[in-house]
Amino acid sequence: MKQLVNAPGQVVTEALQGMALAYPDLIRVHDNPHYIVRADAPKNGKVALVSGGGSGHEPMHGGFVGLGMLDAACPGAVFTSPTPDQIQEASAAVHGGKGVLHIVKNYTGDVLNFQMAAELLQSDGVEVRAVIMDDDVAVKDSLYTAGRRGVGATVLAEKICGGAAEAGASLNEVAALCSSVNASARSMGLALGPCTNPETGQASFTLGENEIEFGIGIHGEPGRQRIPLQPADTLTEMLMLPILEDLPFKKRDEVLLFVNGLGATPLVEQYIVYRAAEMVATKHGLKVSRRLVGSYMTSLDMAGISITLLRLDETMRQYWDAPVRTPALRWGL
Amino acid sequence: MKYSLNFLNQWIVCAEQQFKAHLAELNALDAAIGDGDHGSNLARGFTKVVEKLQADKPATPAALLKLVGMTLISSVGGASGPLYGTFFLEAAKVAGDQLQLDDAGLALCLQAGLAGIQRLGKAEPGDKTMVDALSPAVSVLNKQVGLEMAAQKAREGRDATIPMIAHKGRASYLGERAIGHADPGATSASLLFDCLAKP
Repeated sequence: MKQLVNAPGQVVTEALQGMALAYPDLIRVHDNPHYIVRADAPKNGKVALVSGGGSGHEPMHGGFVGLGMLDAACPGAVFTSPTPDQIQEASAAVHGGKGVLHIVKNYTGDVLNFQMAAELLQSDGVEVRAVIMDDDVAVKDSLYTAGRRGVGATVLAEKICGGAAEAGASLNEVAALCSSVNASARSMGLALGPCTNPETGQASFTLGENEIEFGIGIHGEPGRQRIPLQPADTLTEMLMLPILEDLPFKKRDEVLLFVNGLGATPLVEQYIVYRAAEMVATKHGLKVSRRLVGSYMTSLDMAGISITLLRLDETMRQYWDAPVRTPALRWGL
Repeated sequence: MKYSLNFLNQWIVCAEQQFKAHLAELNALDAAIGDGDHGSNLARGFTKVVEKLQADKPATPAALLKLVGMTLISSVGGASGPLYGTFFLEAAKVAGDQLQLDDAGLALCLQAGLAGIQRLGKAEPGDKTMVDALSPAVSVLNKQVGLEMAAQKAREGRDATIPMIAHKGRASYLGERAIGHADPGATSASLLFDCLAKP
């Protein structure tokens, strides 16, 4: 696999240095430990939003740092959660006196590290709340698994909660809104091929020539089953139906439809999937009122897509529309 | 037997060497049922630990175990960082201020470490995790049968994870597809006990 890498051990550090140079007006990058904060942090009197996770999902989360979205992001090694001291330092750096909300994707490592960081922060007198995102319907949520994974809804929650925090909502209000977004969103994805970790050089899995992984996770972890490749419309409908059934979404629900590229799938294919997804949603009686298409939560160089459907209420719609100015999402300003 | 500061140092240096030597194997086991970086993460963490031990030269077993735990938590990431970090931190809490540990003291430390891992990770034996290697190894320590027997129990525990379905961590998403692969956490835990037996 050909990759634009200098040294495997420097992948995250050099990528962060590049981000710092590319967005000097929006973000500041801290080295040792790694974290990204908005250029004007800390914002006094505003709830601070902090997220993080393994690197390799860019632009998530560092690309969502800025006005109207995250105050800080903590990137771990590739596909490895950040560490408690890193999360603690980032949170302390952006704490503006109104508490810190941790938005955590439901992976064992992320949950454990954020939990330890919250304990450290609380012992320093910082008020911390955490919301665990788990919107992936591909995974069975049961006592016998680590629970559903956090995927596409995380991007939507960071935007919507960022809008609320910017508007002056309290920590409890922002946390409740985040939980509500998580509870109202469902996602599922598929992969056409594996991703290659630039730190190890290893492909995450192997697929047959005409095989796809249905229900893929964002680290290349398998989902429901391997099936033969089929036309985009068929596969899109196969992703949409379990999403629709799970919440369940009902006729006349107002929704945000998010088609997300996993890294190597070009926009032209994402638009084909978006077309099919909106047709399925409309056929189901949903009112699609907000949309997002693009590669926002990636899995390195994985080819594939995920679809997220969020049932909107007026508050969510208002904060989705609110201004945002980050490296990866910008509107209203 | 008495376990000196030097013994504990050698244990950790051995662990670093073992994780580096088995880096590719641990990554491959992790790739089969997780995300393929368990070896890289542990090698990175234990390299940091050995650097710290050489720089700080802790004066008691408790200080050494604490330094190992803190360094793992701040350098490994993933689930294994907090879990192994907690193992050493909890062991440090019961190590007292003696300059060396006896058999009972070492057993107490490792029991406390295992209890910490189980409290944090909520894993039970049979969940296909590091607990499957640690638990049988720690439980024979009380029986004064020697560290080699404990290491053997850890290896048996590791092998016992091969036919298991995982109930914790990323491997739990696989269901029956996890069957046939040894758990990477149980494998690294058995390497840790191999080093304890022959540091």
